Amino acid sequence: MVETPDFLEDAVFLLIKKAVTELPDDVVTALKKALERETNEVARLQLEIMLRNVELAKKLQHPICQDTGTLIFFVEVGYDFPFKKEVEPAIVNAVKKATREVPLRSNTVEPFTGKNSGTNIGRHIPWMDWSFVEGDECKITVLPKGGGSENGSALKMFNPTVSLEEVKRFIVNHVVELGGRVCPPGVVGIGIGGGGDIALKLAKKSLLRPIGDRNKDKTVADLEVDLFERLNKTGIGPMGLGGDTTVLDVRIEVADRHPASFPVGIVLQCWVDRKASMAVTGDGKVIW
Amino acid sequence: MVREIRYPLKQRDVEGLKVGDVIRFTGTLVTARDKAHQRLIELYKKGEKPPVDLRDGAIIHCGPIARREKDTWKIISAGPTTSYRMEEYTFDLIRQSGLRLIIGKGGMGEKTAEACKKYKVIYCAFTGGASVVAAEAIEKVENVFWLQELGMPEALWVFKVKDFGPLVVTIDAEGNNLTEEVIEKAKESFD
Repeated sequence: MVETPDFLEDAVFLLIKKAVTELPDDVVTALKKALERETNEVARLQLEIMLRNVELAKKLQHPICQDTGTLIFFVEVGYDFPFKKEVEPAIVNAVKKATREVPLRSNTVEPFTGKNSGTNIGRHIPWMDWSFVEGDECKITVLPKGGGSENGSALKMFNPTVSLEEVKRFIVNHVVELGGRVCPPGVVGIGIGGGGDIALKLAKKSLLRPIGDRNKDKTVADLEVDLFERLNKTGIGPMGLGGDTTVLDVRIEVADRHPASFPVGIVLQCWVDRKASMAVTGDGKVIW
Repeated sequence: MVREIRYPLKQRDVEGLKVGDVIRFTGTLVTARDKAHQRLIELYKKGEKPPVDLRDGAIIHCGPIARREKDTWKIISAGPTTSYRMEEYTFDLIRQSGLRLIIGKGGMGEKTAEACKKYKVIYCAFTGGASVVAAEAIEKVENVFWLQELGMPEALWVFKVKDFGPLVVTIDAEGNNLTEEVIEKAKESFD
C-alpha cells in the first residue's frame, strides 16, 4: 500500500466537513424553485434567508446550522476492500477531529445525567450502519441528523386491514401537527413494513436518496407523489409560518411485512438536508 | 417595513407589533435552552437571582457553536432551536423575569401566548437553521454562565447583537399565535 495510514481518517474528516458546511446541489435547487413559486411574503423571506445562509456557510466553511446533529454513517464495504479493519477507527478519530476543528457542536450527552462528552463520541455514537457489497471499494456516507427534525420521528403499528387512505391521513396529520418545529420545508422519509425497527430504519435510509428520486415500484412512487402534493396543499409553509412549500420531497421505502402487522415509520429531515458520500478504492484513492 | 427595536425593551416597544410583522433587534441577547430554563425556574423558586438580569430583555432559544480565541469567544454558528420544548417553562419564566422578547423557531403554545398577552411580551421566529446569518449579527460575547456544568449548547451565553433578524412576530402582545393559526387552517383543509 502506497498511502499513509492516515489517509482514511483524513478523508472521513473532509467528508464530515463537507456535509455540515455545503448543502447538496439538488437541495439548493429545490429551495430556489420553492422561492420562485412562493406567494406568501413571510415565506419568501424565510426561503431567502435559508439560501443566503447556505451561501455564507459555504464561503466561510462554517456549519450551515449550529445543530451539526448526531453523526450517522452508512458504510458499504466491498468484500475485497483491503482496509476493513481501519474503517471504524478512522470514523471515530475523524469525528473527534471534526468536532475540534470544523468545529462541530458536541451533541453527545449521557442519557440520564445529560453530561456532554464534548467529542461527539459516546455509546453507539457515532452510529454506523454496515452493509457488504461486491468489489474492492468502500462507500461511506455521513448523515448529520439534527435534533429538531429527529424529534418528529414516529412509528405507527397499524392493523393489517388498514386502508391506504388511513395511512396517508396519518402521515399528513403527523406532519401538519409538527408545523414549524421540524424546520420545513424538508424531506419526509417513510418506511412501510418489515417491523417496527425496520420501518424506521428504512424511513431514515430513504433520506439518502436525491430530491425527486421516485421509488422503482410504481405503487410506491404514486404514493410518494400523492403525499407530496397533499402536504404542499396544507399551507404550513417554510418554518411553519404559512406558505406554499411545506415539503421538498416525500420518499418511501418498503419491506415485506408480517401478516399481522402494518408498520409505518416516519423520519423527517429539515430543510438543511445535509449528507455527503465518498468512495475509497482498493488502492487507497478517494473518489468524491 | 422592518421595525427596529433595542434593548432595554419597554412595553410600548412591543405593544404595537402584530403577528407577521418583521423586526430586527439590537442590544443584549441571552441564550437559554432546556437545561437553562429548568435552572432559571429553580433559581426563581428559591428566591435567587439569575447570573444575568433579564428584565426588559431578550432571550433566544439557542445552543451555539463557539470557538475560544485567546481570552474571547467567537461565535461560529448560532441559529435558534425548537421553541416548543421550552413551552412548559415559559409562562413562569416570563412572569418571574420580566423579559420582553423571546426569539426561537417553530412556534410556541397556548400557555406562552397567554403569558405574552398578560405580561406584554412577544415571541419572534428567526429562520431555523440559518445559523451563519445569525452569527454575523453577533458583535461579541459579553459573558457566559454555567458553561462547565451544562456544556456549550446549554450554557447561558450573553451576546451583544446588532440588527439581529429578520424576526417574524409569531406571538404578539395580544396573544395572537401565527403558527397555531397556520396549523388550524391546515387541518381544516383536509378534514
